[in-house]
Amino acid sequence: MLELANVSAGYGSFQALFDVSLEVNAGESVAVIGPNGAGKTTLLRVISKLLPASAGVVSMEGRPLNDVPAHQVIARGIAQVPENRRLFPKLTVEENLKMGGFLPAVRARFGERLDFVYSLFPRMKERRAQAAGTLSGGEQQMCAIGRALMSGPKLLLLDEPSAGLAPVVVQAIFGMIKRICAEGYTVLIVEQNIRQVLKVVDRAYLLETGRIKMSGAAATLLASDEIRKTYLGL
Amino acid sequence: MQIFDVFLLEAVINGILLGGILALLALGLNLIFGVIDVVWICYAELIMIGMYSVFYLHNVYHLPLALAFIGCVLLVAALGALLHLLVIRPVLSAEPINQLLVTGGVLFFLQAVATLVFGVEFRNVGVSLPALQVAGMYISFARLIAFGVALAGMVAVYLFLKRTYIGTAIRAISQDRAIMPLMGVNPNRIFVLTSAIGGGLAGLAACLLVLQYDIHPAIGLTFGPITFMVCVLGGLGNMVGGFIAAFIFAQFISVGGYFLALEWGYVLAFLFFIAMMFWRPQGILGGK
Repeated sequence: MLELANVSAGYGSFQALFDVSLEVNAGESVAVIGPNGAGKTTLLRVISKLLPASAGVVSMEGRPLNDVPAHQVIARGIAQVPENRRLFPKLTVEENLKMGGFLPAVRARFGERLDFVYSLFPRMKERRAQAAGTLSGGEQQMCAIGRALMSGPKLLLLDEPSAGLAPVVVQAIFGMIKRICAEGYTVLIVEQNIRQVLKVVDRAYLLETGRIKMSGAAATLLASDEIRKTYLGL
Repeated sequence: MQIFDVFLLEAVINGILLGGILALLALGLNLIFGVIDVVWICYAELIMIGMYSVFYLHNVYHLPLALAFIGCVLLVAALGALLHLLVIRPVLSAEPINQLLVTGGVLFFLQAVATLVFGVEFRNVGVSLPALQVAGMYISFARLIAFGVALAGMVAVYLFLKRTYIGTAIRAISQDRAIMPLMGVNPNRIFVLTSAIGGGLAGLAACLLVLQYDIHPAIGLTFGPITFMVCVLGGLGNMVGGFIAAFIFAQFISVGGYFLALEWGYVLAFLFFIAMMFWRPQGILGGK
């Protein structure tokens, strides 16, 4: 579904990604794991066209995204939950969800999508008239995921969903992501919390200093010596 | 004592009517600042152009007044969009002081162009509305209409911002501009649209003011500074704050003018503004 072929990118003279190639197949959940500063967020920014790639090709369903402006990427079926959630704090929960369904093509299905998101996160229905800025961290993450699901995307990109949340909440959020995968969504998730995320996804790539170092089935990576020693401290 | 009360009441009512139009003026400027983060110092000059457009459409080309008003709103809306595309977009990431200076340049440019094209003589659309006499008070009909239309315009903008997708996006973009593309929103389009709405509100104000004022190239100076001060007083970019500040400011002008002399009303209002800048520089309700 999503394919990156030899993608490089950076900020000014600083190069953050070197020759990255990866793919995500339909129905699959894939993680990109790695330490802080490895280029994980940059990778998602390149896919969403918020940052132009300096080399390489990103394609969605076989069609390159090179000439697609950032605001049309979502129309290709790619929705992103940005790092730190980035809700509109003064808009209500429901208005935030409405922004997720902004695309003219999905407005007719607003009620149906809203019901789906509320069934996934009943808490959001309770809080629907509340300003998003007043939600707890976990609720904000639910709202941000819900917002991204409003457009009915083919591919959901999640940027560090566990960042800044209490361990108990992290557990809950990963449980929800697992349910979203089970609903049939294709998910690409970028995460530092390696142990947790590898229990949820099918496959993973290890990104270090902007380069793919390892890839394979999540269970294989979880069992590998390198991951266990360097990242899990076992 | 009875007479005194009636005149004071008249001053208060006139203040409320003036407040309505000031609130309309402030709304356009606040909307643009709230969304684009640029202050259109030349906002009142758009009103001046709008007033001339009513004069030309109605008095020179003999269109009915209603059509001239519609033409004025559309023209100034287009002018607002054009101002964004030609002047604001190139300086969007420049220093705020440069953005302020460039719209200041546009202010004097529009005044100079108006002097060149329209001449310096005073124009008037020649529509004179009667004053209503209620319980011994004289209330200007033109002001009453202006108040009603200004209020209706503000309610329309409020509903647009609250109920529609585009309106919600306009509120969202002022909170987090960078992630708007992830929602499928093209920020540039929202900016142009907001500028057109801001221009349209200036056009609407022009239609209302043309019933009360003569038109000349410097007429913008009558409304520009006061609009800016109302916005700052309410908290720049804060639309509710601007609304409240407009009515406070108008009462200073109207009631202050009643107790002393008309000119004193403005002196008191500006003095109040300066004092508030010491006490609450972020505005009554704070910034956006």
